[in-house]
Amino acid sequence: MRDAFAREITRLADEDPRVVLLSGDIGNRMFNTFKDRHPDRFYNCGVAEANMMGMAAGLAMCGLRPVLYTIVPFLTTRCLEQIRVDACYHHQPLTIVGVGGGLSYASLGATHHSCEDIAFLRMLPGMSVVCPGDAMEVTGAIRAAVAHDGPVYVRLGKKGEPVVHPAVPAFTIGKSIRLREGSDVALLSTGNLLPLSIEVADKLTATGVSVGLESFHTVKPLDEECLNDLFTRCRVVATIEEHSRLGGLGGAVAEWLSEQPAARARLLRFGTADRFLHEAGSQEHARKQYGLTTETLVDSIRTALR
Amino acid sequence: MPMRIEELEAMARKIRAQAVRMSHRGDSPHLGSQLSCIDILVAAYFLALRIDPKNASAPDRDRFILSKGHAAPALYAVLAERGFFSKDLIESYNTDGSPLPEQPSPNCVPGLEAATGSLGHGLPIGVGMALAARIHKLNYRVFVTLSDGECNEGSVWEAAMFAPAQKLDNLFVIVDFNKWQATGRSEEVMSIQPFADKWRAFGWSTYEIDGNDMKQVVDVMSKVPDGSGKPIAVIANTVKGKGVPFMEDDNNWHYRIPTADEVQQVWTLMGQGNVTL
Repeated sequence: MRDAFAREITRLADEDPRVVLLSGDIGNRMFNTFKDRHPDRFYNCGVAEANMMGMAAGLAMCGLRPVLYTIVPFLTTRCLEQIRVDACYHHQPLTIVGVGGGLSYASLGATHHSCEDIAFLRMLPGMSVVCPGDAMEVTGAIRAAVAHDGPVYVRLGKKGEPVVHPAVPAFTIGKSIRLREGSDVALLSTGNLLPLSIEVADKLTATGVSVGLESFHTVKPLDEECLNDLFTRCRVVATIEEHSRLGGLGGAVAEWLSEQPAARARLLRFGTADRFLHEAGSQEHARKQYGLTTETLVDSIRTALR
Repeated sequence: MPMRIEELEAMARKIRAQAVRMSHRGDSPHLGSQLSCIDILVAAYFLALRIDPKNASAPDRDRFILSKGHAAPALYAVLAERGFFSKDLIESYNTDGSPLPEQPSPNCVPGLEAATGSLGHGLPIGVGMALAARIHKLNYRVFVTLSDGECNEGSVWEAAMFAPAQKLDNLFVIVDFNKWQATGRSEEVMSIQPFADKWRAFGWSTYEIDGNDMKQVVDVMSKVPDGSGKPIAVIANTVKGKGVPFMEDDNNWHYRIPTADEVQQVWTLMGQGNVTL
């Protein structure tokens, strides 16, 4: 995902002189082409995220389109108040691009995990929250975010994730991408669990269940039209995210659902538990600790269908 | 415009009287913090800044950010006097539905560059604006006023380290060093001294002045850029509550609201005649 981001942001900077890239002292070689072509529009802001965020707002107030890039917890939680006041209260067009969403950097320890960022940022008035499901969606998401007249948070995984889409899909913030049609179960996947969600869909389909699959990349604003359709037609709707079950996509859908008198489907929320991980391990291992495996999801959904 | 020193001093007296009146009418605190920085505000808006109230969003205008947002009523009074909006609007200050809250909201009135109130935000925003001038190849300057208490915030020092690295010599910081923060002597709460040396060590072209001496304020504001290739930091030694003997250096006036009698005393002191409340 991050290489797709580097490529697309370079293209956008070629096209649009307003694009300015701010890095929090990461991704150095990734941006070599950008720096060669636009040396006056790349700034390594150091390990100083509060300043980077405020500075980005200042750039935006002068008509530029700043794009900020560093590791999720430091770009979101660390400078949350700067995002709230400088970006959101002033409603400035900042594209806040976090790398290492969820458990992508599992082995670096829980300081580098980010299972609360979606919840924090979607509370902020005027903020859009976008979690692309693969590198192709990243390309579409970055383009849409830079064009958007308000703050957008784009949550990336890391690099080398499986690519799901054959090409860059039509991408609109707030409009889910339908990958499969189904009438029993609808899987709403946000972010880097899209490949796992496809495995879950395959396994369930093999048992004779009719499974729909959405890359529900935008957590805010919610695609209510899509939710209405799925909750009316299906028996089970499952949200799937590498994020806490509190406050993320599952939380957002649950809030929405609580006010829908005609909903038919039951909601299942898959995400991380309300606890930190303390032991070492890979992303795969970390997912297992939180029950985010194909087998667990398939079993839970089949149980709910009975 | 631009004004002579005596005219600026007269304007500062007028603004001081108005700020005290607004505090009473709006039942709003932070009067001491306003009175300490009024000479800075007046010197900026009536002399130093290249601005046109009739074209308040001109891309090449100088920017001024009052990062210590709790002094906003004084800024409102200055903007109104400078012609950015009708003085009638001042009468609505801090009433239900007014565009003028105790601390400014974004674009609440023409001429107001950034919403402040939460401390430590103005300098990073100013750094971004100063950098935008370079990217856009414009010659405007960015002036940021901080409070000494505000310099407790880490984000101030993040910005203080970044601006010299980018040689932002169109950036001017003036710290209203009135020696008090909300509940204590600023030098006792945090180890801020040697204050000017800190900024110098971070790579700023540094000056120390009497921030309540109009001539010194005007002189230092005429230095941007000063040829050093560095951003400028000014430690402006001021007195909290400046100009009103019964408020000077008395931190009760961080929160106290003046009575009607006290407002009249100040109006008399400032040569403004009888006040209408």
